[in-house]
Amino acid sequence: MAHMDATALLLSRIQFGFTISFHIIFPAFTIGLAAWLTVLEAMHMRTGRPVHQALFEFWLKIFGVAFGMGVVSGVVMGFQFGTNWSVLAKMSGPIQGPLLSYETFTAFMLEASFFGVLVFGRKRVPPWFYLFSTAMVSLGTTLSAFWIMTNNSWMQVPVGYVIQNGDFVPDDWAKIIFNSVVWSRFPHMLLAAYLTGAFCVAATGAWYVLRGDNYAESRVMLRMGLFLAALVIPLQLLFGHLVGDYVHDYQPAKFAAIEGRWHDEQPASEVLIGIPDPATESNKYEIKVPILGSLIASSSLTSKEVGLADFAPQDRPPVLIPFVTFRIMVGCGLIMLALAWFGSYLSIKRRLRRNRAMLWAIFLSFPLPFIAILTGWYVAEVGRQPWAIYGLLRTADAVTPFLTAPAAMTSLVLFGAVYLFIFSFGTFYIYRLLRAGPTRLVATPPHGASPNRPMSLADQDLIQSGYRTAGE
Amino acid sequence: MVLFWVALLAISIMIYLLLDGFDLGVGMLFGIAGSEADRDTMLDTVAPVWDGNETWLVVAGVILWGAFPIVYATLLSAFYLPVIIMLLGLILRGVAFEFRHRAARFRWIWDASFVAGSLAASFMQGVTIGALVQGLKFTDGVYAGGVFGWLNSFSVLCGIGLCLGYALLGATWLVQKCQSSVRDTARRQIPVLAVAVMMFLIAVFAHALIENLPIMHRWLDRPYLFIFPAIGAVAAAVLASSILHRNDRWPFAAVAVIFGTAFGTLALSFWPYMIPFAVTIDQAAAPHASLAFMFWGEGLFVFPLMVLYVAIGYRVFRGKVGGPAGHS
Repeated sequence: MAHMDATALLLSRIQFGFTISFHIIFPAFTIGLAAWLTVLEAMHMRTGRPVHQALFEFWLKIFGVAFGMGVVSGVVMGFQFGTNWSVLAKMSGPIQGPLLSYETFTAFMLEASFFGVLVFGRKRVPPWFYLFSTAMVSLGTTLSAFWIMTNNSWMQVPVGYVIQNGDFVPDDWAKIIFNSVVWSRFPHMLLAAYLTGAFCVAATGAWYVLRGDNYAESRVMLRMGLFLAALVIPLQLLFGHLVGDYVHDYQPAKFAAIEGRWHDEQPASEVLIGIPDPATESNKYEIKVPILGSLIASSSLTSKEVGLADFAPQDRPPVLIPFVTFRIMVGCGLIMLALAWFGSYLSIKRRLRRNRAMLWAIFLSFPLPFIAILTGWYVAEVGRQPWAIYGLLRTADAVTPFLTAPAAMTSLVLFGAVYLFIFSFGTFYIYRLLRAGPTRLVATPPHGASPNRPMSLADQDLIQSGYRTAGE
Repeated sequence: MVLFWVALLAISIMIYLLLDGFDLGVGMLFGIAGSEADRDTMLDTVAPVWDGNETWLVVAGVILWGAFPIVYATLLSAFYLPVIIMLLGLILRGVAFEFRHRAARFRWIWDASFVAGSLAASFMQGVTIGALVQGLKFTDGVYAGGVFGWLNSFSVLCGIGLCLGYALLGATWLVQKCQSSVRDTARRQIPVLAVAVMMFLIAVFAHALIENLPIMHRWLDRPYLFIFPAIGAVAAAVLASSILHRNDRWPFAAVAVIFGTAFGTLALSFWPYMIPFAVTIDQAAAPHASLAFMFWGEGLFVFPLMVLYVAIGYRVFRGKVGGPAGHS
């Protein structure tokens, strides 16, 4: 084997982390939005109220932009396994290749067929079929996420494979797909996406109330967003706990890193905050609660929990990143819980619209679900290190062996420049749509829009709303 | 099962070459268009389809990974910089496409990105094909050519050749889809581009003879392969005649056939190699369990539906665009 370049390895890891962090933001948003659109369309059919249709048309445009950005940034992901991680791509190709090809095919089906109906079909198909198409788009985004989670869960807890000529060959697809780990991680991701949708919708509603426009729409957005979030967060905490259980059972080193536990403890305490220091194998400035560690890890008051020192240094994940990002994720979740419950309470008591402090808090909370998703993935992926496929293939052995640091540096810089450029425009674009609001947008699809060009949905409307804003 | 996936891979690549070929070609011709109105018309001809066209690259990519993992891993890593530059070119041109009409003062930046992205993606695809034909350097089955192992005079020639080929395809597409000035310009460009492509093909042939490339022997060993170049020659004659007779529909079909025969010639002269002349189809194929898993879902049901959908999509957007009357 050719000599592996340590700098090229690090740069490849940064590049993968950067491109996938950029990508995940958009699908996380669109999965939740698709579900929200389905609910709106169902309510529109049942109640016939124009507010639901106005909201549907409005959020469909935002869905279009986010979906388009997700597609553009997703193209790169399908090729990066081969360019930078060619050993992984070859060894696990017989398993990961088919899983990710199903993802592409599912996404293509969704993009090709039912999204087209949403764009052009309002007047051309019966209402029940329009609702069905919305539900199918939602199902498509959900299935896409399912294949991604199945693939990633196989890298976390590989099952159903045999090793043939050094490659991982599928032995039992049912085991791979119905892996119990998939069925705690997939709902965890799905609920995170719903939470993202709910908070973005509620935050937009709060923004309009603060500005004093879009009265009927802001009312529906605030109520539905907050109520959904209030219901989803407890469920999300439950599934988060189940994900923690799999980490505890299958990836003890990752679990110890998340907990900041350096040495075996019985019963174990729980480190709330602190700064892990690998040099001394201890935490600085730590605050911990006795026994709580055993209770969280094993639902026991007396269990023994393993520490990082049990693992050879070359088998330990980095500690600081999983430790810190896990606490940020949980922190975001708890803030969202407080906002959703208190906001729902105020809403039921009909006091929310007058409580400007609470409205500001809800408005400014929209980054929280995104931060929670990104930090949650950092826990999962950095915590999996030093393995690419847990226990089977080290990340250092998975990288393209002949990749040089200058080549990796070139690609990383190019990706950084192009992504930041398009990301700024994409978010600016979504911001302008949100600022314009549902009541200022016209409901007809613009000339040239097509299911293959989701971003084109909003073209004409922006120009129109721009004129109107300028005229005010 | 292996043959099934070879066929699906070949069909996907062929669809990609033809569909993204013409819209990348339009992207390059866009750079030398005469007026703003012409540029808008040119974009209108590809607007409803370009994103869908690019999807076929991803489809081909994931089929390659799932069904022939060694080829996926080897080629993408060996062609590191060409692949990255091609992807960034495609992203840049896609986003430029969506944003250019929204900009006023800085429209030229988006226009330049659109042309540069199209050019970079086309050139890198050609370079990749050229380097594959030339043969990559392997030691014990591992690529050993280095960061610029794909870069040589032949691959650069092929890069230029594919740019010309895509531009030719793009010009015939514009003839089919447009009226008035855009069509007339494209019609004037076709003979120039066609002659350039022919000269390129002759240059490739000469290069192959001089370098005594392995692929040359395979052509000489299998004379029946010349049926493909023969069909290509007939198509070239049809192209010439249709231009002389000012027919709008035939040029695109003729160039599409030329592309098809070139692809067929290439594929069959490599057969049964997937990475010439290092890895064969059977060596590259994923185990049966992987191929069968893909077959029963995406192979049997989703793939045919996708092809059907593309056909319907092109039917919906058939006919001419542009011109003062048609532009709404």
